[in-house]
Amino acid sequence: MSVLEVQHIEKYFYDPVEFKVLDDIVFDVKKGEFLTLIGKSGSGKSTLLYVLSTMDTDYKGKLTIDGEFVSGYDQNRLAAIRNEKIGFIFQFHYLLGDFSCLRNVMIPAMRLGKFSKEEIEEKAMQKLRMLGLEDQALKPASKLSGGQQQRVAIARALINDPLIIMGDEPTGNLDSKNTQIVFEILQELAHEKGQTIIAVTHDNDFAKASDRTIEMMDGRIISLGK
Amino acid sequence: MAIRINRDIALTYFLSGRKMTTVAILGVLLGISIFIFMNSLSKGFDRQSSESFFKTTAHIRIYKDDVLSKPLSQDGFSLIINPKVVPAKNTIENPDNLISLVKQNPEVTVVFPQVASPVFYNNGQSQITGTTIGMPPAEGNKMYHIESFMVQGSLAALETNQNGILVGSGIASKMNLNTGDNISITSSKGVNLNLKVVGIFQTNNSKEDKTKSYVNLNIAQQLLKEGSSYITDINVNVNDPNDAPALAKEFTSLTGYKAEDWIAANESYMAASRMRKIVITFISLTLLIVSCFGIYNILNMTVTQKINDIAILKAMGFNGKDVIRIFVYQAITIGTIGVALGIVLAIILVNLLKHVYIGGDIGYFPIRFEPVVFLRGIGIGLFVTFLAGYIPAKKAAKVDPVSIFRK
Repeated sequence: MSVLEVQHIEKYFYDPVEFKVLDDIVFDVKKGEFLTLIGKSGSGKSTLLYVLSTMDTDYKGKLTIDGEFVSGYDQNRLAAIRNEKIGFIFQFHYLLGDFSCLRNVMIPAMRLGKFSKEEIEEKAMQKLRMLGLEDQALKPASKLSGGQQQRVAIARALINDPLIIMGDEPTGNLDSKNTQIVFEILQELAHEKGQTIIAVTHDNDFAKASDRTIEMMDGRIISLGK
Repeated sequence: MAIRINRDIALTYFLSGRKMTTVAILGVLLGISIFIFMNSLSKGFDRQSSESFFKTTAHIRIYKDDVLSKPLSQDGFSLIINPKVVPAKNTIENPDNLISLVKQNPEVTVVFPQVASPVFYNNGQSQITGTTIGMPPAEGNKMYHIESFMVQGSLAALETNQNGILVGSGIASKMNLNTGDNISITSSKGVNLNLKVVGIFQTNNSKEDKTKSYVNLNIAQQLLKEGSSYITDINVNVNDPNDAPALAKEFTSLTGYKAEDWIAANESYMAASRMRKIVITFISLTLLIVSCFGIYNILNMTVTQKINDIAILKAMGFNGKDVIRIFVYQAITIGTIGVALGIVLAIILVNLLKHVYIGGDIGYFPIRFEPVVFLRGIGIGLFVTFLAGYIPAKKAAKVDPVSIFRK
């Protein structure tokens, strides 16, 4: 069963000159798959990830998420889909510096509004505990180390139990020890909880250890992996 | 729930930028308090000036206007054209009938006939020129509130003593008069009367105080060598002085005499007062708007500072409306606190000034609590802060998260 289908996606950059950044991208992603996207700088892998994330809507082609054809949806509907079905992990943790770790993790769930504040708090604590951060929960996000912050960002990405977790170089800013920790967490999520992971990476070891690696060059897919 | 998280985030930003928000609140506070204060002052001036008008002026005065002679014509040809004021008597015919006609209008509160006569107050060799007003004392008091500015004697004495006279304090001091003294007055018709001073009044308008006196109606008629049906003016007061112009028009057509409202009678003064009102409104509104630039500035800065936060919120599923709410909440929080404190300061200012003695015919500073002005200040203040927040919020809503993440 595929949770994400990409059909003939094309995208152009117009500034400074017209440039085809994505060219006829076709693939699909199965539920519970740990997928990595690799390629040199400028190969279009990050651009593709942002198209898949629904944040970038300026493309041609068809994108289906969880059986729902989302190309052409308005921004509000896409925001609701992101909120419910997609979790993000960025290269730079991008936590909200004015909030405690716990509240950072709680925000997406508060936006979703499915559970009461107490339930969300309980759930957020559980995610932080899972990532070994329960004693940091009430500290301001800006007071943590890089590795800890990235784990908080992962907890935040997980709070709504999203179908898909997308990462833009999730380990790009971490040392090898923390990279290993993050990798293991992601793998566990994919294999034990059935959540789909799509991560852009530069790290070949990281890519090799994942279930499947799509390699890109000059806006095209040159290898669909296994 | 979604709304609650927006408010939570707004509040967190509000608290984390404490210094900046304090400055913005101070701005609104000053803007609002000065706005309310200045507009209360403007209202107070208006009330003060109309009050001093109504010490000597009726809301509406009905009198016989001069009539120009019509050309003598025959078969459509004008034979003699020589327009001149017709030398008719300026008396109102059948005043009792006219008074009862005017009284039928439910807006009318006081109506009474009046006769004014130019007189000399004799003091040995020297004479003081002035005017004496003949009127029924009780009604006159209802209209002018003479009793309230009497310094000696009483108005009631004028009612009991037909030959009594109330004189202005200026006349009294020049002629060394006290209640109980006699005064001799001469009219333009050469009639000389000896009257008894039963009271002295002081309007604090020195021109009035040095020339004016009040007598019973029949005394004024005697001074002009006229009978008891001779009436020059009919004075009318109405419930709301601002309705006077419309009612004056009505009375003109109803009675056939000229009915002039107090606003038309004092046109140049009213024009000055309107100008003062415009200037005060303009200045106070400008202050209020300038103070809201503070909010605009701070939110603009917050949006720039928090642009990463906005991108991340959008990535997590917050839509444009949520982002607008977050920043508008912040603006409204600043605005509400600023407005609330501004009201407190305005109350303090009004209270302080209320007890400042100015002197002259003003007395204490003419300011008091004007609920309408306070409400208007709150309304305008909140509206302007909303706008000041909405514009940067709109900008924040347009942030494209992809362009932020790709930097």
